[in-house]
Amino acid sequence: MAYSDKVLDHYENPRNVGSLDKNDPNVGTGMVGAPACGDVMKLMIKVNDAGLIEDAKFKTYGCGSAIASSSLVTEWLKGKTIDEAYAIKNSAIAEELALPPVKIHCSVLAEDAIKAAVADIKAKQAGKEAA
Amino acid sequence: MRLWRKFYCLSLASVSQNYFKLFDLDQSFCIDLSTLERHYRKIQSAVHPDRFVTASSAEKLSAMQQATLANEAYQTLKKPASRAKYLLSLSQIDATQETNTAMPMDFLIQQMAWRETLEDCKADKDIAGLEQLATEMRQAAHLLAEELNRLFDEQNDLSAATDATRKLIFIDKVCEDINKAITQIED
Repeated sequence: MAYSDKVLDHYENPRNVGSLDKNDPNVGTGMVGAPACGDVMKLMIKVNDAGLIEDAKFKTYGCGSAIASSSLVTEWLKGKTIDEAYAIKNSAIAEELALPPVKIHCSVLAEDAIKAAVADIKAKQAGKEAA
Repeated sequence: MRLWRKFYCLSLASVSQNYFKLFDLDQSFCIDLSTLERHYRKIQSAVHPDRFVTASSAEKLSAMQQATLANEAYQTLKKPASRAKYLLSLSQIDATQETNTAMPMDFLIQQMAWRETLEDCKADKDIAGLEQLATEMRQAAHLLAEELNRLFDEQNDLSAATDATRKLIFIDKVCEDINKAITQIED
């Protein structure tokens, strides 16, 4: 199966690979997995005091499409509010990367990783306010 | 001979494709592998093309379909992960549904650590490290299979069984990748 140029670009030059300090109260972590293909994806976002995502990092073990999907969303996330981030749909990721139908689940994985990271940061913030 | 053959094919077709029934096994996670093996060989020999040299093309086709079905059923039941996934599918549960990406956090962290070790060993061409990782993962798979035994056959807890099955499929995938890495380094 041929990958699109955009997938290849992200796969060969993945953006924002790495981690952030998971103990930082302004950092949210999302981890998801897809047993069918053995993919596992970790996405971390750092939110500044203005409520904007100022940094995003990912680490993905999986196929080229899964790596490209997570690399792409780290680019998209920067500068967004967490609510805007939460609204990102897998269909937008799949469309941008021209993913074939059999690889749509990779974009689902990326969307779910964002949602998990946002849920984590919201839980952390709620805990901070309660304290 | 001819009658017997017809009877055999008919009786095979009438098991309505349930893999367990096909091999005369109880529908459970814990199965007797030697019974599976024995029944599989029996079917393969009964529908072997050599027996159908003079048969009609319809009979030949039917025999071939039975051989394919038996092979697929055997491969599915032989391994714990695919057997568990198949058992769940009989209860209309899809363990590897693509829209379900939530896994327990501790398992994902463990999964990430295994993947990192695999990548590091691959980069260092460290076969001993890969084999050690494979051993560790086989132990984890063994524990999960024991858990599945309890969940399916004693507690009939299909929800927990689905989670454990997903973990086992994950582990099998990494084991497959470890073996690939070892082969690549050895080449």
